Amino acid sequence: MGHSEDGPYKYAAHHSEEEGKKTRRMIWNMFWVLLAITTVEVGLGMTWKEIGVQWHVVKMTFIVLTIAKAYFIVAYYMHLKHERGSLQNTIIIPYVFLALYLLYMVFTEGTYTKFIEYFAW
Amino acid sequence: MSHTAVVDSKTAWAGDNNSPFGAGYGKLMMWFFLMSDALSFTGFLSAYGFYRHDFADIWPTAENVFTHFPFMHGDHPLLYVALMTFILIMSSVTMVLAVEAGHRMDKKKVIMWMFWTVVGGLIFVGSQAWEWYHFIHGTELGAMELGIGTYTLPDGTIEQTQGIIARWVDESKQVLLLPWREVAGDVTSEYLTLSGQALTDAVAAGHEIHGANLTHNEYGHPLFGDFFFFITGFHGTHVFSGVVLNFIIFVNVIMGTYEKRGHYEMVEKVGLYWHFVDLVWVFVFTFFYLV
Repeated sequence: MGHSEDGPYKYAAHHSEEEGKKTRRMIWNMFWVLLAITTVEVGLGMTWKEIGVQWHVVKMTFIVLTIAKAYFIVAYYMHLKHERGSLQNTIIIPYVFLALYLLYMVFTEGTYTKFIEYFAW
Repeated sequence: MSHTAVVDSKTAWAGDNNSPFGAGYGKLMMWFFLMSDALSFTGFLSAYGFYRHDFADIWPTAENVFTHFPFMHGDHPLLYVALMTFILIMSSVTMVLAVEAGHRMDKKKVIMWMFWTVVGGLIFVGSQAWEWYHFIHGTELGAMELGIGTYTLPDGTIEQTQGIIARWVDESKQVLLLPWREVAGDVTSEYLTLSGQALTDAVAAGHEIHGANLTHNEYGHPLFGDFFFFITGFHGTHVFSGVVLNFIIFVNVIMGTYEKRGHYEMVEKVGLYWHFVDLVWVFVFTFFYLV
């Protein structure tokens, strides 16, 4: 009984004032990270033409930044990082498969509708 | 060291004083719900991606559509949606601060942070309503949806005009811009212009449209409007129900329900849902507004 390896988010967990201070610092640090990423995204979206960056570079930057932002929200705000490994895997692994499947779809059948249009006439 | 409540038959839910995954039943179910809910959004955004790719030539870019900002004139692409994103991130912060205060059994702080979370959510929903209003009403100048007819490309090919959305170059309505992309070397021309007889014919066969609904869209392909209404609408519904849930929990906190229970796990559960709403917006923001 009792799982000593469980983190601060075990059922009905409490923490001290001291730990609270640490948690709050983490929360605000994450806020600045998320704000910084969003600012970079919007700034890039407004100025990429003037700076002269290639569109596909901008697009990939957006996608990478989005995934980074999603990671920070899930890991720290939804504190999946502090849950047990089994719970982490239960939530994350289905999405790894889904992402691989979507990539497969895009690379193999992304142009399928164009193909149909071409041969239908 | 954090001290946890003693696991007894009330807190454990799988018999033998165990909590599988080390999480309460409700919290685990919330995670499973969010996981399946995220699949719906994945489906929407994937479909959006495929159709957008399919109609890449005539797909409107969000920065040309959502250019309004309250109490300001002129074009401010992306600015308002950036503000909305900031508001949602901010309300995520207040939410997670409420969860933290709950872990210290600090009722006053939980009330305060829950209150600001609800306020943030309401501002966000209001902003979406405002954005929908502008999208549905469109611009004063509007656009022409062309009827049956033809036009000639510079290289001599004749194209059908049926269903094409053409925009006026300015208020004088002397020149129509047809969305079109020619890549010759490094020169990209996004538009083909119509004037003179071609313009008269195109206008005679078409009709003027303002704003967007499920079948017409002055900014370009109607599917853009459909996806906009479905994706932001589905997300907005989530935000709205999140605000309702947050408000219920907020009232419960004031009434001391969780103080009596000995823990604030309900705040954590509703917090998971609220962060999920923020998480979805991160993806909608990138794939609908930025890319």
